[in-house]
Amino acid sequence: MAATKEEIIEGLAEIVNEIAGIPTEEVTVEKSFTDDLDVDSLSMVEVVVAAEERFSVKIPDDDVKGLKTVGDAVGYIFDHQS
Amino acid sequence: MSATLRVGKGAPYARIMGVGGYRPTRVVPNEEILKYIDSSDEWIRSRSGIVTRHWADEDETVAEMAIAASGKAIADAGITAEQVDAVVVSTVSHFLQTPSVATVIAHRLGAGTPAAFDISAACAGFGYGLTVGKGLIVDGSAEHVLVIGVERLSDLTDKEDRSTAFLFGDGAGAVVLGPAQEPSMGPTVWGSEGDKADVIAQTVPWDRFRVGDLEGLPVDAEGQVKFPALRQEGQTVFRWAVFEMAKVAQQALDAAGITAKDLDVFIPHQANMRIIDSMVKTLKLPEHVAVARDIETTGNTSAASIPLAMERMLATGQAKSGDTALVIGFGAGLVYAATVVTLP
Repeated sequence: MAATKEEIIEGLAEIVNEIAGIPTEEVTVEKSFTDDLDVDSLSMVEVVVAAEERFSVKIPDDDVKGLKTVGDAVGYIFDHQS
Repeated sequence: MSATLRVGKGAPYARIMGVGGYRPTRVVPNEEILKYIDSSDEWIRSRSGIVTRHWADEDETVAEMAIAASGKAIADAGITAEQVDAVVVSTVSHFLQTPSVATVIAHRLGAGTPAAFDISAACAGFGYGLTVGKGLIVDGSAEHVLVIGVERLSDLTDKEDRSTAFLFGDGAGAVVLGPAQEPSMGPTVWGSEGDKADVIAQTVPWDRFRVGDLEGLPVDAEGQVKFPALRQEGQTVFRWAVFEMAKVAQQALDAAGITAKDLDVFIPHQANMRIIDSMVKTLKLPEHVAVARDIETTGNTSAASIPLAMERMLATGQAKSGDTALVIGFGAGLVYAATVVTLP
């Protein structure tokens, strides 16, 4: 069953916490991965791969560049999950 | 009528008998790189784990570095240069197309007239060389094979490219392979993914440098045509290296009939500390496995990185003779090679 936007935010927060050590409550839709959450370009790849597994979605490298904020990622995953 | 042919009488198995390395004298700290790029020591360390690298001087040529490393490997193996039957050199930074640098190295080592040739498999080159060498020994075409990985990547570095200027280093690593009575080298899991050929590549092919054909070549701030350099798509390489190569590493363990629990040492190609850390996590390697982190003071030396790291781990006691080690190389091609070996 497809995840809701709330479930995706929750899941992403856990992933970002695991990879970058950011408290889950700080991972909110308006936050920028690089500027606010200390997720650099390589950590972003780890976040993306973990999100792909968790939400059964494919996020090609070209699309990763467009995911600036947590909200961008939530929207992308919500629209592309199978 | 086809005649019945006699086949070579090879050894039952092959093993690594000795290892040697050569690191150029000049140590280049991040501060020196910062003269060329707008970055910081902290940024370079956090993205790559690299603190210093060695850059070769003029007289530390590909051949000279390889000869120095090979001499040590031959001594470590307890054989003489005359006993070497084949010399296999992996490099992408020897700028004389022909003859192969392997022939020069063989001659200078005093190896007589062994088979000698270069291979082009970038950062997987050492694993490709090991695989070829093992085959020569088991099939009876050679008793001892010298496998060398050597690079002067500083020559192929665009010092103004802030994504790669800090990454590459120079050096040579070599091993001597010889006959064994016990299995000491597992099957190689290797391959190529040519659909990703443009992910890591030389900026411009050499034939674009013909006089009269200089239009469109990359130029520096002064408008001078730049020497070719290596460039890569960092995120794509990172994803492939960590997640696809972890699968290949696991396949190499499976092929050798062991699990991560049986490993003593993990020597991945020293591409980037972040790749190494992430691979260790993805592979779920047990705590007791010693992991090569030679990149910190050596940088990425492509084909030389695995034997250089192997030599250092043995020299510093992080690994010991007889240990079971997983080695995996991966790079431009994209190509890869992983195998389990017993350390010399």
